Amino acid sequence: MTTDLITRLEKIVGPRFVSGAAEERYLYSMDQGTMPPSEPDVVVMPANTEEVQQVVRLANELKVPIVPMGAGLVLSGLTRALRGGIILDMKRMNHIIEVNPQSRYAVIEGGAAQGMLKSYLKKHHPQLKHSMPDAPPIATLAGNICIHGSGHLSVLGGSHSDMLTGMEVVLPSGEIVRTGSCSVAGEWFGRSPLPDLSGLFLGWSGTTGIVTKLGIKLFPSYKHNDVLVFVAEDADQMPDMISKLTSTQVAEDMTPWMTPKPDWAKGFLHINIAYGAHTKKELTFKRNLLQASVKKYIDDKVAGFLPLPAPQKGRFLQIPSPDLVRFADLRKGGGFEYVGAIMAIEHFPQAYRAGLEIAEKYNVSYSLGARIIGAGHSMMFFFAYAFNRADAEDVKRASDALEATNTAALAMGGIPWKAEQPAQQQIIDQMDPETFALMGRIRSVLDPNGIMNPGNWEK
Amino acid sequence: MNSIKFDPDVCVNCETIDCLMKCQYVSFKDVAEARDEKLKINDGKDSRVLEECLTCYACQEYCPVDNNPFFLLVERQEEKGFLPAPRPIIEEQLRMMAPKGRIAKETVSGPVVDMCAFPMLTGCVRGKLFEGASTIVGTDIFCNIMWLHFAKNSTIRERVPEMIDNIMSFYLADADTNELVCFHDECYGTYTSVADAYGINVPFKPIHQFDYYNQRLDVLKDKITPINAKIVYQRPCSNRLCPQTDPVLDEIFEKIGAERVPRKYDRANALCCGGVPRAHQRDELADELVDKNINDMLSVGATYCVFNCPFCMATLGQEVAEQGLMPILVSDLVQIALGD
Repeated sequence: MTTDLITRLEKIVGPRFVSGAAEERYLYSMDQGTMPPSEPDVVVMPANTEEVQQVVRLANELKVPIVPMGAGLVLSGLTRALRGGIILDMKRMNHIIEVNPQSRYAVIEGGAAQGMLKSYLKKHHPQLKHSMPDAPPIATLAGNICIHGSGHLSVLGGSHSDMLTGMEVVLPSGEIVRTGSCSVAGEWFGRSPLPDLSGLFLGWSGTTGIVTKLGIKLFPSYKHNDVLVFVAEDADQMPDMISKLTSTQVAEDMTPWMTPKPDWAKGFLHINIAYGAHTKKELTFKRNLLQASVKKYIDDKVAGFLPLPAPQKGRFLQIPSPDLVRFADLRKGGGFEYVGAIMAIEHFPQAYRAGLEIAEKYNVSYSLGARIIGAGHSMMFFFAYAFNRADAEDVKRASDALEATNTAALAMGGIPWKAEQPAQQQIIDQMDPETFALMGRIRSVLDPNGIMNPGNWEK
Repeated sequence: MNSIKFDPDVCVNCETIDCLMKCQYVSFKDVAEARDEKLKINDGKDSRVLEECLTCYACQEYCPVDNNPFFLLVERQEEKGFLPAPRPIIEEQLRMMAPKGRIAKETVSGPVVDMCAFPMLTGCVRGKLFEGASTIVGTDIFCNIMWLHFAKNSTIRERVPEMIDNIMSFYLADADTNELVCFHDECYGTYTSVADAYGINVPFKPIHQFDYYNQRLDVLKDKITPINAKIVYQRPCSNRLCPQTDPVLDEIFEKIGAERVPRKYDRANALCCGGVPRAHQRDELADELVDKNINDMLSVGATYCVFNCPFCMATLGQEVAEQGLMPILVSDLVQIALGD
């Protein structure tokens, strides 16, 4: 059957863009995380929506699983072919279709990468920017939005799925649908006031359709940018500090971080606060607002802003941040994974302590941190563990630490983000049964043959 | 623990209380009030000066009899548990700048240039000016004078002898020289003024960078191409500990054809660069200092803004450059004149 599948896929996308070679299947069987490999039968790279549609129709006809993939950088194994079949690699569909500078949105294809849009905007629309996650620039916008990612404008604009203005999706049954304003009007300005069908494809881990186009919000790019690093010593004070800092409504991004390396940082809690302005005067005004918001803590001498001269701020202003990448290579061997749990701000101290306990118990190198989403509406608290992929014991330790972290995150009211298959099971076990039943009914309607990324969000 | 070298009777009988009356940041209505506050400090009593002090070192220079007013003030701040900056800020910096034990014995030969904890500046030691020089650098030889800004005399007492011991045992003990050229003004202040006041023994001979440059320029006088440019100078806090070096800088400027244009905030009236107030969480004051300094510099029409202290340059350099002045270290300016 595989030979037949490959032949028919070649007719759709051309022979250069289909492969069933062992080495390709091996490379596509895993990501950089701890999930065990699971090989597809074939990898296909379509060039446009129509080709995606034809591939999906073929998969339906042959009852072959199909797994949509962006850059394959999710780290939690969501793009592994758990039941074999086709991995549909979107990288060829990487065009930036439209930028609307007036209404501040961009329309892009499903395989367009973060770095591409950043470069495009810098060149053609320097007054605009989009929210970049701290992922390699090859990470796709669609992938990150579909997993409810967050990034450098998330205090300003919420999670990246909040910045979505509409989608074009190939359904598991092969129909092409549009959500948001683009389904009615020509423009991709937003998702209201219509019934919000975009939610059918957000957070579903590729089990409900393949996103071929999407609209995203853009934001003003400032001439003057600055970062403050606030340092505290008591985790119990962090929720209030975050609340006060976000109450000023001037930050674009706010990322607490706690790490044992370098030595000077161990035991302290830092919050990087990035903000920008059109003028220096406005920048100073914003800085003063931020500083005034936490004056009580400064006056009490329990927290303060690191005195960073301009040359030292560069690394903190880099987007994406290079720091996690450095940490990712801490143990060498290319292994890195983290549990990001979306949770309420007040759980910060609990999450911090849980991370320290787990890292100590499993003897893993850790980096703890968070990205604040919205005006302190929630946070993505991350527990990152580096491991050496060539060292099986190291992988096992990191994997055990991740599982323990998922359990701890759920216990404290958090929800593991972009949950890997075992974490999905933990979430389902805790989920309202009626909610999970509804998810199942929706999937049955959209995907009657059960071909879309099977093995995910199933009991 | 050695106490600060200080004579309380001198202050009792002082008619001018210059240490406080000349202060640019704390105001007093008259000499009587300044004397009251000074005597409170001397007696270990609470004084508003302990809290309002910017820690600019200037009172060390203003005192006409070298009675170490600033070192004593820092001593009192620490004794009273006063924190000029939030605890985590001080603690993190204490750790950052702590000796790391990453030092190995190395053969060096004169001139040996102490780059303090600034490895990024070792590239400055080049060309004819530093011909044949060895450099030493790292937190294991950090001068630790910065703790004067953070009420941490105890750290100075603890670490400076260790640094001196490191310099001797890892470098100078087997070297062909007993002299240490201090690229960093603060190092010179530590090994002269601080060491003297705190009773710390210094077994080598510290040489101020200005004295070194001045001497080298005499040797290299045939190689000098005058710069023929107006410069403004940002005098750092640490130079208050060695004011005798300021006229040496004038000689250097003269030799290289740089005109040190008089400005309001130079010499004894030098104004803080703004870096330390930011650590003290006094950003609005720091902004004011930056503005005053830069407006003052711009008003005299110079080409270069010359820095002695790398931290001053890091603090003010970008602002200075944005205003059209070229920020530059003294050593680099001299090297321009020498064609390096």
